[in-house]
Amino acid sequence: MALDSKVPKGPIKDKWTDYKNHIDLVNPANKRHIDIIVVGTGLAGGSAAATLAELGYNVKAFAYQDSPRRAHSIAAQGGINAAKNYQGDGDSTYRLFYDTVKGGDYRSREANVHRLAEVSGNIIDQCVAQGVPFARDYGGLLDNRSFGGVLVSRTFYAKGQTGQQLLLGAYSAMNRQIARGKIEMFNRHEMLDVVKVDGKARGIIARNLITGEIERHSAHAVVIATGGYGNVYFLSTNAMGSNATAAWKIHKKGAYFANPCYTQIHPTCIPRSGDYQSKLTLMSESLRNDGRIWVPAKIEDAQAIQQGKLKPTDLAEEDRDYYLERRYPAFGNLVPRDVASRAAKERCDAGYGVNATGEAVYLDFAAAIQRYGKEQAKIQNIDNPSEGKIYELGQAIVEAKYGNLFQMYEKIVDENPYKTPMMIYPATHYTMGGVWVDYNLMTTVEGLYCIGEANFSDHGANRLGASALMQGLADGYFVLPYTIGDYLSDDIRTGKIPTDTKEFDEAEKEVKGRIDFFINNNGTKSVDHFHKRLGKVMWDKVGMARNEKGLKEAMAEIKAIREEFWKEVKVPGSADEMNTELEKAGRVADFLELGELFAKDALVREESCGGHFREESVELDGPQKGEAKRNDKDFAFVSAWEYKGEPADAVLHKEELEFNDIELKQRSYK
Amino acid sequence: MNLTLKIWRQKDSNAKGQMVDYKVTDISEHMSFLEMMDVLNEQLVNAGEEPVAFDHDCREGICGMCSMYINGEAHGPDRGITTCQLHMRMFNDGDTITIEPFRAAAFPVIKDLVVDRMAFERIQQAGGYISVNTSGNTQDANSLPISKHAADEAMDAATCIGCGACVATCKNSSAMLFVGAKVSQYALLPQGQVEAADRVKNMVAQMDLEGFGNCTNTGACEVECPKGISLENIARMNRELMKANIS
Amino acid sequence: MGGFFKSSIGRKVAMALSAFFLMFFLIIHLAVNITSLFSEGVFNELSHFMGTNPLVQFALQPVLIFGVVFHFVMGFVLELKNKKANGVKYAKNNGAANSTWMSRNMIYSGLAILAFIVLHFIDFWFPEINTKYIQGDMSGMHDGSFRYFHELQHKFLSPARVGAYVVAFILLALHLLHGFTSAFQSMGVTAGRKKALQTFGKIYSIVIPLGFIIIALYHHLNH
Ligand SMILES: Cc1cc2nc3c(=O)[nH]c(=O)nc-3n(C[C@H](O)[C@H](O)[C@H](O)COP(=O)(O)OP(=O)(O)OC[C@H]3O[C@@H](n4cnc5c(N)ncnc54)[C@H](O)[C@@H]3O)c2cc1C
Ligand code: HEM
Ligand code: SF4
Ligand code: FES
Repeated sequence: MALDSKVPKGPIKDKWTDYKNHIDLVNPANKRHIDIIVVGTGLAGGSAAATLAELGYNVKAFAYQDSPRRAHSIAAQGGINAAKNYQGDGDSTYRLFYDTVKGGDYRSREANVHRLAEVSGNIIDQCVAQGVPFARDYGGLLDNRSFGGVLVSRTFYAKGQTGQQLLLGAYSAMNRQIARGKIEMFNRHEMLDVVKVDGKARGIIARNLITGEIERHSAHAVVIATGGYGNVYFLSTNAMGSNATAAWKIHKKGAYFANPCYTQIHPTCIPRSGDYQSKLTLMSESLRNDGRIWVPAKIEDAQAIQQGKLKPTDLAEEDRDYYLERRYPAFGNLVPRDVASRAAKERCDAGYGVNATGEAVYLDFAAAIQRYGKEQAKIQNIDNPSEGKIYELGQAIVEAKYGNLFQMYEKIVDENPYKTPMMIYPATHYTMGGVWVDYNLMTTVEGLYCIGEANFSDHGANRLGASALMQGLADGYFVLPYTIGDYLSDDIRTGKIPTDTKEFDEAEKEVKGRIDFFINNNGTKSVDHFHKRLGKVMWDKVGMARNEKGLKEAMAEIKAIREEFWKEVKVPGSADEMNTELEKAGRVADFLELGELFAKDALVREESCGGHFREESVELDGPQKGEAKRNDKDFAFVSAWEYKGEPADAVLHKEELEFNDIELKQRSYK
Repeated sequence: MNLTLKIWRQKDSNAKGQMVDYKVTDISEHMSFLEMMDVLNEQLVNAGEEPVAFDHDCREGICGMCSMYINGEAHGPDRGITTCQLHMRMFNDGDTITIEPFRAAAFPVIKDLVVDRMAFERIQQAGGYISVNTSGNTQDANSLPISKHAADEAMDAATCIGCGACVATCKNSSAMLFVGAKVSQYALLPQGQVEAADRVKNMVAQMDLEGFGNCTNTGACEVECPKGISLENIARMNRELMKANIS
Repeated sequence: MGGFFKSSIGRKVAMALSAFFLMFFLIIHLAVNITSLFSEGVFNELSHFMGTNPLVQFALQPVLIFGVVFHFVMGFVLELKNKKANGVKYAKNNGAANSTWMSRNMIYSGLAILAFIVLHFIDFWFPEINTKYIQGDMSGMHDGSFRYFHELQHKFLSPARVGAYVVAFILLALHLLHGFTSAFQSMGVTAGRKKALQTFGKIYSIVIPLGFIIIALYHHLNH
């Protein structure tokens, strides 16, 4: 099947408006006869479910948590972008569009990104109307902060809990519709397969996680909004339950999976402290505005620190290697996420890591405290302030800016970051790849849509900070409700989709078969055992830096782990009760397939771009020596994979990317 | 460190539960409490037993899913944190730790330490929203200035994560801190005024219907709340309800 | 408005209103009694006025009785409802970690006060009613002078009674140490959490019961 992105014709700035003016609509009376299933109620699914219900469709929404309010969107800290230009600093739709395409290292679809920028302002209006308490300045107007990779202040925020507040906004909109009976909410339900009738998505099979019952749900269209697959690494900043199951199941039923290898590794996370580690915690990117990143310059010092014999504060200035400032004098500690992450890995691989595991670097605020302290002393007219006074004044400023993050760090690590440098290390954070969708957000299966982090999205090979929340809400509030109507206008006479058909029988049988296998398998190893092994392979060989040899090994190793998993996995308990091990088993089984496709995709993409770094594709000389090298001639395409059984047999389809409105350039941070 | 755990085990909502003793060894003080539970569960799975079911997801104190009553306190002995943010350094080698589900008649146990908090959902559905449809034509966000003070206070109320620790810890199993926080968020913002009276009446009515108890202002909820939601929010809800009934 | 007082918060408000009334009454009661420390005459005059003034007797007194009865009946109703809301009991519950003893035991301090009120009725009120309305003697006189002060002194002869009196007032103090600010909080008065009000509440909760205790001890010792 040839990929058709269905991008409307015309100048980029008119495409979306023209599109909306010409699509088919469903009249309000007919919407009542149309059912839509929305799987996932994070920012993307929650906003979509609420809006579709407001329009009059009957929505059935599913989440594996006990409430939509607990989707992992809740964890987003920093903020949400919108081209409002409230600060008058020259922001515009075009600029947001441009920054996002450039930030994505020119691997996203122009038309989608432009639409995203166009609706970004509406998101803020909508959220404020819902009562989202964004930060404000003393004049009562909305405040903005700036984020990495851009030159304007366009990020709206609600303290360090922007994702929470936006999600609670969408959740409140959902609640209103649940109360009206327009949304039927299925909490603690996990989608385990999609049901296709005559080639169209017409329903899902879901498991009630409390009773274990397998349920059939039918609808005229199915929307997948189940978030990212970062947990393929076992350790990530994702929630414990974040999974790829829904996305992977639809992939197996015909939805192409795009760019699985594009993964964002965030540079400032709290490092792993031991083998028992279950997840990683993000420390906001904003810390890099004031923190200086370093490791010991001498290997002996690094080793002494690893063994606990030396303290970082004991090291003299000249014995420290501020490697980002050294390598990237222009951007210093503020290089983009992917660059900062790789540089940390490079130092730690060379043996300079600073905790017991050797996988940590320092983020030091001593200089900032000094700088702010002296500044404050001047402002307060203190002559010859003592060292102690300077420190005190400086600490107060740092506390005002980052107090909550410092406190969070101290709770986890039990060290006072005002006194001793913080330790940080990169961690898997976001997956740009995902289910391939066209301009309508429809997958390669008719009537099956995918929105939010679960789709391959608008972020190309790298996502800018504060853009995921924007995309999720744009998809759910302002894009999908239009595009899905165009499709559903053909369905007004279809009537209810029955669930007692052979298609549902078959799908249910398959799901039950798999569950029975897990329960009855006479294995010896826990699900986590396999998940951790998969994670280690992914991190070591398909992590921040990848090469052909490692990727081939990874594919083979993941396949081997998968085979062992299907022989040796052990799931206690029964199928007809709450069974958390059974839930995990199903998810890990899917990760074990996705992981291999991930490695295969990374293998095929023999260029470095955004979050994907191939050691073979670097600048060989000149000022950029050693930096990532993109190859626009051969790789300016989206890799969309078609399922053919074994992940290794997946077939690649290319969606060529055309850039008519933006000129392709090399990123440089030197 | 080595620990004895006394954990509530209950097969399902209809079964009778009981406390069961377990031993875990070699627990690192740097582990989080839930990582310690992971160790126990791995141990149970390897022994062919059913692991202890407990709710958790984000493991960074924001989703509100985790919910354990540890040594007689909701979210355990530390302050300003959720169960997932509790670390083993709060305990000593040889300790016995009692772990129970959040208790309240309105929070029935689903299994082991997992409870059903749907009552909270229904309270939110009764009025925890502002009735505004999604459209591309909502008025511009800056056309309605809101004082920084009000916005900040609304934000403080809005940080509630819906964990239910307030109910679990309250000797009356009262949900007023949770409901007060939501009522307050909207009461403090101009957008929330239009529906203010109906909102507070409906949410309180639903809260009562769910069988939560009556606040006697002990203040335990405020102390145990991981997000530091202030009792002030309950006072505000009381005012709002009086106002709604007078006007 | 009817619906309001059926709601949980409405009942709280009713509880607080009755408590305010009782706290106000305590001030008056103490003010009258305290005169017995300085002047037998003034005490007798005031007692006679209170005991015979129709407004006090037929308007305020029933309201007071209603207030007391309403307060404790409502206290029991809420306590029962709250117990029902609890579900299964915790195997281990560390209430002291997050709340005061007073706040957790209002029902017990309240019960002790109730027991005392019953005793008080038997001691003072029933004989009063008997003398005034059954025997019809509204003079307030006995052996040629006002009887009130002597009766008071007489009652406080018994160490057991004084002991019970002291214990009851200590429990009243505990009841009020939580109850005072609690009542303001119930009424939605933000200041209920502010320093000044809390301090005033503490002073009130200690001074009022202490006053009653001093009166009892004074008469017990000065006889
Ligand atoms: C720690 C952290 C900080 C971040 N900070 C920012 C930031 O500051 N700015 C920004 O723009 N982005 C940020 N991001 C990224 C952003 O939060 C996410 O990309 C975005 O919220 C994803 O939203 P979503 O709706 O697609 O998915 P989610 O919010 O993950 O929702 C997934 C939903 O799917 C459901 N689900 C999953 N699987 C199934 C299944 N099989 N069956 C049924 N239901 C299922 C879940 O229950 C849930 O409701 C951050 C991410 C993390 C992890
Ligand atoms: C002169 C006598 C009394 C005074 C001055 C008094 C005062 C108070 C006050 C100020 C409160 C707080 C009200 C609130 O939080 O809204 C209170 C609560 C309470 N009182 Fe009393 N009280 C008295 C007698 C009693 C008696 C006799 C009982 C009998 C059981 C009682 C039981 C309670 C209970 C259970 C509460 C807590 C209920 C709640 O806060 O909702 N009290 N009292
Ligand atoms: S008020 Fe606090 S304790 Fe109660 S649900 Fe909200 S966050 Fe949890
Ligand atoms: S697991 Fe999310 S708050 Fe604890």
